[in-house]
This record gives sequence, structure tokens and C-alpha cells, in this order.
Amino acid sequence: MSLPVIKSDVVVAGPFKPRPATVVPLAAQPRRFDLRGLAIKVAQSVLPPIVVLAILLGLWQIAFSDPNSSLPPPSEVWAQSRDLIVSPFFENGDQDIGLGWRVLVSLERVAYGFGLAAIVGVLVGALIGQSVWAMRGLDPIFQVLRTVPPLAWLPLSLAAFLDSRPSAIFVIFITSIWPVIINTAVGIRNIPQDYRNVAQVLRLNHIEFFYKIMVPAAAPYIFSGLKIGVGLSWLAIVAAEMLTGGVGIGFFIWDAWNSSRLTDIIVALVYIGLVGFMLDKLVSFLGALVTRGTASN
Amino acid sequence: MSAYLKLDHIGKTFTRGSASTEVLRDIRLTIDKGEYVSIIGHSGCGKSTLLNLVAGLTQVSQGAVLLENQEVNSPGPDRAVVFQNHSLLPWLTVYENVNLAVSKVFAGRKTKAERHDWIMENLTLVQMAHATDKRPSEISGGMKQRVGIARALAMEPKILLLDEPFGALDALTRAHLQDQMMEIHARLGNTIIMITHDVDEAVLLSDRIVMMTNGPAARIGEVLDVPLPRPRHRIALASDRTYLKCREAVLKFLYERHRFVEAAE
Repeated sequence: MSLPVIKSDVVVAGPFKPRPATVVPLAAQPRRFDLRGLAIKVAQSVLPPIVVLAILLGLWQIAFSDPNSSLPPPSEVWAQSRDLIVSPFFENGDQDIGLGWRVLVSLERVAYGFGLAAIVGVLVGALIGQSVWAMRGLDPIFQVLRTVPPLAWLPLSLAAFLDSRPSAIFVIFITSIWPVIINTAVGIRNIPQDYRNVAQVLRLNHIEFFYKIMVPAAAPYIFSGLKIGVGLSWLAIVAAEMLTGGVGIGFFIWDAWNSSRLTDIIVALVYIGLVGFMLDKLVSFLGALVTRGTASN
Repeated sequence: MSAYLKLDHIGKTFTRGSASTEVLRDIRLTIDKGEYVSIIGHSGCGKSTLLNLVAGLTQVSQGAVLLENQEVNSPGPDRAVVFQNHSLLPWLTVYENVNLAVSKVFAGRKTKAERHDWIMENLTLVQMAHATDKRPSEISGGMKQRVGIARALAMEPKILLLDEPFGALDALTRAHLQDQMMEIHARLGNTIIMITHDVDEAVLLSDRIVMMTNGPAARIGEVLDVPLPRPRHRIALASDRTYLKCREAVLKFLYERHRFVEAAE
């Protein structure tokens, strides 16, 4: 059986003619897609709450549109408290100011009280995270104290400080310190032995160990404590201000109640909710910034 | 001549409540300056405990660790440790991790510029100078271990303690790092104690191999000299008779005379 002889000229490839390659614009395509994708993403996260909100407002409007109903419908809120909604920072004299100003006053108190709680909480948390005996001694006491509601501290603190401003700050402090202490202590107990060994080989002293190893290593825990703490302190300030008076948003609600301005109260509630939400996001953002890299190893 | 490092009748017993476990018994070993000594044994035999005793991270129960005739019983940068899992601080960059050691050890002894040069010199030594601003999560396992070695070397230790330094790496990376370790040892003449469970690694790198018996109450079973000239090349040694004999001796010790038996608790 003979195979057909393959002629050499068939095998040898002819002269190579380069075909002009078509340039595919790679960069432009995905970017346009990204923009669309982004728009879709935004729509996906923004549209549903807007739709739900509209439905809820509609139901509210229907339910309370009767002139004899006990609470005002949204249309009345808009009609009566429009100035509070559209311009947060107006000033028409001493007590007639925008809710933005009031929120800022309350935030200032939170900043003092919560700032102090953050510093003291991390230090005390570090102590009870490091020392077994400090933990055994202090932990049960903390577990009891942290269940005391914020306002229960107010009379005592008024008696101690004899002034409403430091009392309100103290209430924030004492409310928000517990989660900071407890989370810091847990974070420090969970520091890997390896990091401690490194510190020992380098002979880091206590202060160096604290700020070079302990705080960064426990940062994710510390920040989850701070996040809970800032939420609690916002809860506490509104309640405390209702009793202590002053310019804050809490007192505004109390004042509005006393003069039967229900629509103002509703606007103030929305403000409080939005500010609380933003405080939470702010601490989360700071945490993400600071703990970059700590979580992954 | 007195020994550089002397482990003088060391014993270690761990006590937890009423139960106590004797991990090491009567360890006697002297190590000369510039020597590369490996400690090999089955897992659980107390190799790492022994290294921690030398590092001072664990306290001896009996005997003493003498470094240049001085007893050491607390950790210090003169006995730098390269940990098995690199132990880099994840929130610091490569440079900052080495800097943590350098700025502590050389505080007051070197200026800032000198410290910077020293950090870069050590990172260059382990070929990591290109990644100074990377965080540990952004580099490979082998690179992390190299930074760990740079950090330890930067402390200018009298003794470098390596705790299964290449154990967690893949075979190719491990071989590469072993070669680098030999190069560094040849250039700087460090005194090194290395824990390992890899027979080839022990024979290739060490001047002497210390073989441990199984625990509890592990002791030094045998010490093997590795009379291979340096520099050593793994490919040339693959068929070298002395190399093969050393390898066989370690294997025989580990698998014939001191087979690993699951400890009956």
C-alpha cells in the first residue's frame, strides 16, 4: 500500500502576509458599562427605600387626614413646620433657631462625653484585657452597671455637678463607655501570641506595647465598641436634654410638646434619626480607615 | 575555649493545675560562634519548646541557658527569632515592620539616616527592597518570611533562632529561601539555631544536626556532624556520598530507632 507522496511545496507555507489587526478599543467599552452599572446599582439601593417611603407617607396621610385625628398627617407637617424642614440654619432670635443649630449643640455634648468615654474606655479595656485579676474584679461590676438606663444616672449626676451641662455630658459618658470597655478587653485578649512574642523579643516597654501592638491589633474590636457607644450616646443625649433643658434637639422636642407643636416634633425625630445614622456611618468609616490591613493577615 | 552558647542540663516541665508534663530532660549542648545547628525531631518532641527556652520566651525548669557565659532567662534582641508564621504586624508596611525592630534596638545608637540605611541594607539582603511600602497581606508567603528574616537580622542578634522558618512554604520557594539563608550565613557568619522537620533541609544547611528523641521527657538522642564543605549546592550534593550518608543517618534515627508513636494520653 502506497501512501500518496506529499509534495514538498504543499507543506512549505507560502510567504506570510500580515493581515492588519483590528484594534479593539478595550478601555472605552468597560468604562461605559461601569457608568451604566453604577447607575443601576444606585437605582437599586436608592429606589426601593424611596418607593417604600412614599407608600408609608401615603398610608399615613390617609390614616390621619380626618380633622379630628390625634396626630397630624404629612401634609400638615409640611404646612406648619416648613421652615424647620427647608432651612436648618435660620436664626430668628434666641430661642427661634433652625434645627441644624440645635443638632450641633447636641453633637458638641456628644463629642465631649463620647470622646471622653472613648479614651477612658480604651484604657480601662486595655487594663482588664491584659490582667486576669483586673478582669475578674471589674467585669462583674461592669456587667451590672452597663444595664443601668442612661436617664437613671441623671439625678445623681445633677446632684454631683450642680449644673445641667456637665451632667448631660456625664450621662453620655457613662452610657457609652461600657461597650467600649468590653469590646476593647475582648480585642486585647484576642491578640495573637505571636505579636506578644515579637514585642517580648524587642523588649517593648508597656507604653510602646500599648500603642504599637495593642491598639492597632485590637482596633477592629475597639471600633465595633465605639460604634455601639456612639449610638447609645445619641440615644442618651436626646433623653437627657429633655430633662436638663438648654438649646439641644432633645429640649426642642420637650418644648414643642409643651406648646403642642406636634408637627415640629415629627420633623425633629427625622433629624435625630438622620444624624444618628450619620454618626454610625462616620464611626464605621473611621474604623475602616484605621483598621485597613489589620483584619487580613 | 568556652562555648558561645551553652545549654547546661536544661529541663522543662509544664505544670497545669495538679498535672505536670515533663517535656525536656537534661539537654546538654554547646554551640560555637558562627555555627549553624539544626534541631530535628518528630512533632511534639519539644523542639519548639527548646527554641523558646533559648529565646527566653519560656522559662527553664532546671539548668540554665548561657550566652557568652551570661545566663539568659528573658527575651531580648540578642536572640532574634524568625517565627514559623512570620509574625509580621499586618497593619505595618514591610519597611515599618523592620523599622519597629531597628528603631527599638538602635535607639540612641544610630541616627535616623543610619537607621534608614540599615533597614534598607537588611531588606536588600533578603531581596525585598522593592516592596518596602507593601503590607504583609499584599505579598506572598515566601516574601513575608524573608521580611521576617530581615527583621531578625536587623536586630544584629548574637544568635538567630529559626522556628521551622520554611515549613509553611511550597517546595520551590523553600529551596530558594534555603539558598538565600546559606548565602546570608556565609556573608555574615551568624550563629544560627534552626528547628526543622525536613531531613534534606537539615543536612543541606547545618554544620551539626541535633536529633531529639520522642517526648515526653525528650532528650538529645544524637548529634551528627555534617562535614560538607561550603559553599554547598543542592544539585551537586544530590549525589554526594557524604551528603547521602548524613541523610541516611538522620533518617535512620528518626524512622528506625525513634519511630514516631502517637502519644498515649
